[in-house]
Amino acid sequence: MDRLAAHFWEGCAAGELRYQRCRACAATQSYPRAFCLRCGAADLEWRSAAGTGTVYALTTVARAPSDEFRALAPYVIVLVDLDEACRMMAHGMPGLAIGERVRAHFFGHGGRQLPRFHKD
Amino acid sequence: MAWITGVGDTAFGRLEDSTPLALMAQAANAALADADRVRTDMDGLLCGYATTLPHLMLSTVFAEYYGLRPGYAHALQLGGATGCAMVMLARELVDAGRCREVLVVAGENRLSGQQRDAAIQTLAQVGHPDYEVPFGPTIPAYYALLASRYMHEYPVSEADLAEFAVLMRRHAGTHPGAHLKSPISVADVLASKSIAAPLKLLDCCPISDGAVALVVSREPHGRSGVRIAGAGQAHLHQHVSNIASVSDLGAGRAARSALAEAGVALTDIDYLGIYDSFTITLLILLEEIGIAARGAAAARLRSGDFSAAGKLALNTHGGLLSYGHCGVAGGMAHIAEAQRQLAGRAGPRQVGERRRALVHGDGGVLSSHVSLVLSRDG
Repeated sequence: MDRLAAHFWEGCAAGELRYQRCRACAATQSYPRAFCLRCGAADLEWRSAAGTGTVYALTTVARAPSDEFRALAPYVIVLVDLDEACRMMAHGMPGLAIGERVRAHFFGHGGRQLPRFHKD
Repeated sequence: MAWITGVGDTAFGRLEDSTPLALMAQAANAALADADRVRTDMDGLLCGYATTLPHLMLSTVFAEYYGLRPGYAHALQLGGATGCAMVMLARELVDAGRCREVLVVAGENRLSGQQRDAAIQTLAQVGHPDYEVPFGPTIPAYYALLASRYMHEYPVSEADLAEFAVLMRRHAGTHPGAHLKSPISVADVLASKSIAAPLKLLDCCPISDGAVALVVSREPHGRSGVRIAGAGQAHLHQHVSNIASVSDLGAGRAARSALAEAGVALTDIDYLGIYDSFTITLLILLEEIGIAARGAAAARLRSGDFSAAGKLALNTHGGLLSYGHCGVAGGMAHIAEAQRQLAGRAGPRQVGERRRALVHGDGGVLSSHVSLVLSRDG
């Protein structure tokens, strides 16, 4: 894992969703890079998201890829549009629907704190 | 101009004791015989990748094994779009004068050469290692996310998706080399176990062993030349979490480029070879390319247009969903079948006289798109 990804996951461990915002053009981006995807500037700052957003897509995984996840199955994977204008993958509580307002919580799995969205 | 002068394949399914190189050689032998050529005629070699033989230099590993000494060789990796991309590149090499005869080949023992969990985990790595894979997704889950959004934006039902699985199984039933041949019904698909909602087992292609090879030539020799009349690509994202819009994934752009280059309209097409890793893949591709209006692909299927006797016969070999999916060669099977249909050499599966095919491959999660227009006329 590179240091940008480590910073994101350390945020999850601390109960926050970290994202990048460009100081030059104010664009936000959905996974961290060393530069702004829109304007190319290297002047990015980390911010902590409010943790609220809207469900863009979702699925319930019945057939897990590994023993580590088989114990959790079935589980919900969502794509959420955070209010800060970036999209992320996360877990979701059962019963969510596309378009629904959600809020991030965290749970421990596989040595990480994984974000899991609940109905807001 | 460049022509597909030979096609060769193995049966798809569980082929015990097979290896990637042996399968590739078997398909290559068949393609060379079909093109009326021998190994020393091949001055170009393009090959795909094999998850069961992840080598840095697969093309030269194969060249040495098979006894080729090409003047131009490399492997190409673009997921399910690799087969169409290799044919596009072979055409460029021939048109540029770099090669006279290019052997295009891929194959692997994806089913029998590894444990099922290993295959599923390897494939899931198509996801982002830091921001997707930690959540435990699978390839079906990535496509299920896409399906959920598409079905939210357009009137598409799970029964609509099921129709495509049923049609592919019906077509595979007429092909002796198909992996899955027992007939299924819409009710069977809907009752099959959930994999990643809304996708069920029968919405997903199987994992197979198999290989396909093609010969791309500067002259239309052999038993049946089919011209590569147009090709186009589009690559708008890699990961499902970076899709900007489920209404513009790149398929429409790639197909429009290919059609424009061939100088034909979509209405001139009379055969379709469309990538179908999942039922939702096939439905979205048909609609984005414009073969059916949004939400209307299943209605067009029910009208009979995509059946063997229909005016837009679709994947008459059974597609990935039933002929089978062994990686790169799975997508090449659509090209092989289109070539045979245009050449009037599909045997009992021949769907009358067909002149022009649109073949489309996608890699990743509808990430990489390559379209080909194949034409029987000069």
